[in-house]
Amino acid sequence: MAYKIVKSQCTACAACEPECPNNAIREKDGTFIIKPEKCTECIGYFDDPQCVAVCPVENTCIIDAACPRYQATA
Amino acid sequence: MRQAIDVSIGGVQEMKPLDKVMQKMAEHKGCGMSAGSGKASCGSAAGQGDLAPEVWEKVKNHPCYSEEAHHHYARMHVAVAPSCNMQCNYCNRKYDCANESRPGVVSEKLTPQQAVRKVLAVASAIPQMTVLGIAGPGDPLANPEKTFKTFELISKVAPDIKLCLSTNGLALPDHVDTIKNLNVDHVTITINMIDPEVGAEIYPWIFYKHRRIKGREAAKILAERQLQGLDMLTERGILCKVNSVMIPGINDRHLVDVNKAVKSRGAFLHNIMPLISSPEHGTVFGLTGQRGPSAQELKGLQDSCEGQMNMMRHCRQCRADAVGLLGEDRSAEFTTEKIMEMDVNYDADTRKAYQQMVEQERRSKVAARQGGLSQVTGETSDIRVLVAVATQGLGRINEHFGHAREFQVYELSTGGAKFVGHRRVDLYCRGGYGEKDSLPTVIRAINDCHAVFVAKIGGCPRGELIQAGIEPVDRYAHEFIEQSAIAWFKGYLDRVKRAEIRHTARGDADIRQGAYVVA
Repeated sequence: MAYKIVKSQCTACAACEPECPNNAIREKDGTFIIKPEKCTECIGYFDDPQCVAVCPVENTCIIDAACPRYQATA
Repeated sequence: MRQAIDVSIGGVQEMKPLDKVMQKMAEHKGCGMSAGSGKASCGSAAGQGDLAPEVWEKVKNHPCYSEEAHHHYARMHVAVAPSCNMQCNYCNRKYDCANESRPGVVSEKLTPQQAVRKVLAVASAIPQMTVLGIAGPGDPLANPEKTFKTFELISKVAPDIKLCLSTNGLALPDHVDTIKNLNVDHVTITINMIDPEVGAEIYPWIFYKHRRIKGREAAKILAERQLQGLDMLTERGILCKVNSVMIPGINDRHLVDVNKAVKSRGAFLHNIMPLISSPEHGTVFGLTGQRGPSAQELKGLQDSCEGQMNMMRHCRQCRADAVGLLGEDRSAEFTTEKIMEMDVNYDADTRKAYQQMVEQERRSKVAARQGGLSQVTGETSDIRVLVAVATQGLGRINEHFGHAREFQVYELSTGGAKFVGHRRVDLYCRGGYGEKDSLPTVIRAINDCHAVFVAKIGGCPRGELIQAGIEPVDRYAHEFIEQSAIAWFKGYLDRVKRAEIRHTARGDADIRQGAYVVA
């Protein structure tokens, strides 16, 4: 799975963008989005998903159940 | 519409479109401006006080650092730093209201390039704008690239503008050398505690070293980083002010310890501000019903810290995109859309000439104050009273009671008149109040005062003030504040001496919460 950003919750503060180890986050239409194919849920980088940890609004960066679980490659 | 103070010397006028302001500027350039008699004053600690000469030299034109300078010099904030690295219980980043005026709230965010354009536009229109600050709406040092890029660009195109920033301090130790290299003059650190037990009640979490850290551990790291950052800045000769939010029952008593800690580390000014907390802000404190301090609680804490160091009493807790003199906000004149259309002509010489005029004004004001102070010599009395003053600035009692959006509060004693704060009385965002309905609110805001000095006052409010025990005084209309207040106080002491009146203590007063109506 990957994380996604709930658009209605996002304040566009951009705190998540530089924290993402995969450069999966960018601004689009006034808020930020996560590219699911790039998101690794920070597995292999950090203990906590960085976007979740830095986001000032609770329940904004959430698991996107529609995306298959990320599989770390080697 | 909220009245704004015209930046031109010698006059106070309705807020007007920028082109008219620019036109006025152009006229001023031609006629050389009459220095006029307009003076501003802000209390007995207005001058150098106990500051070292080199410190005074650095702060004397900074509206946020010099109590007296804030009547003469304007500042602007550019909102280039939206990200933050922690959560405070008095802040809610989701809340966004155009009528809101408090830290952490902005109407639009800027890129560093847009910020430079805005600075030049404002510097051209407001020649006494001498200070550029970055204060958020997040934390400037959680956005180091945007913040430092902005400073770098500004120092190239407008080297006469002083740079400052306001931070929560968490990332400060990592950036002190960059701050020094960019010639940032002043840094403000918000320090609400030095004890992690206290901090755990103010900060739910910090984001530090790629982890979200909560509770005591978070507060301990934060306090250490803040004090380390303060040490590092003062070692490098960068002036530091400390802001603290007074939260009754949580850190009010503790702030005396904070005051000692920051004083010993070389902070030169401490600004204790009241908590802003209303349920409609959606902050944790707003929702839990955490109250802010009363006017007397705030003053009491400020007074008890004053022996330690200089206290700031004129903070207006402005937004991260504020423009203009403290207490006014002209940011609506300088939106991105408007500045892109503006004909910006940054002229360092014109600015310098204008600022020299401002200096002349300041000097004549100091002379006026000294004249006033001599009037209490020879009197001995322990009586101290507070008085509220309706003023549009320029150091005079020149505002109608009903038009006042703010009262300045002076403490009068045989030692003189001392500025001790201000009380906002503008209407609430939730609206619907007429002037009649708002009168009790105004009275509650100045309820600890024995008198209110006004240029004019109607019969109805006059009666209600007298009934509330506050003497309306209009006989000093358009005269200097301090001289008038001292003259009145002398008469008050005489009346007490002759037993015409009995001196009684006043009650407490409210500090206004919530947004004010700007349009």
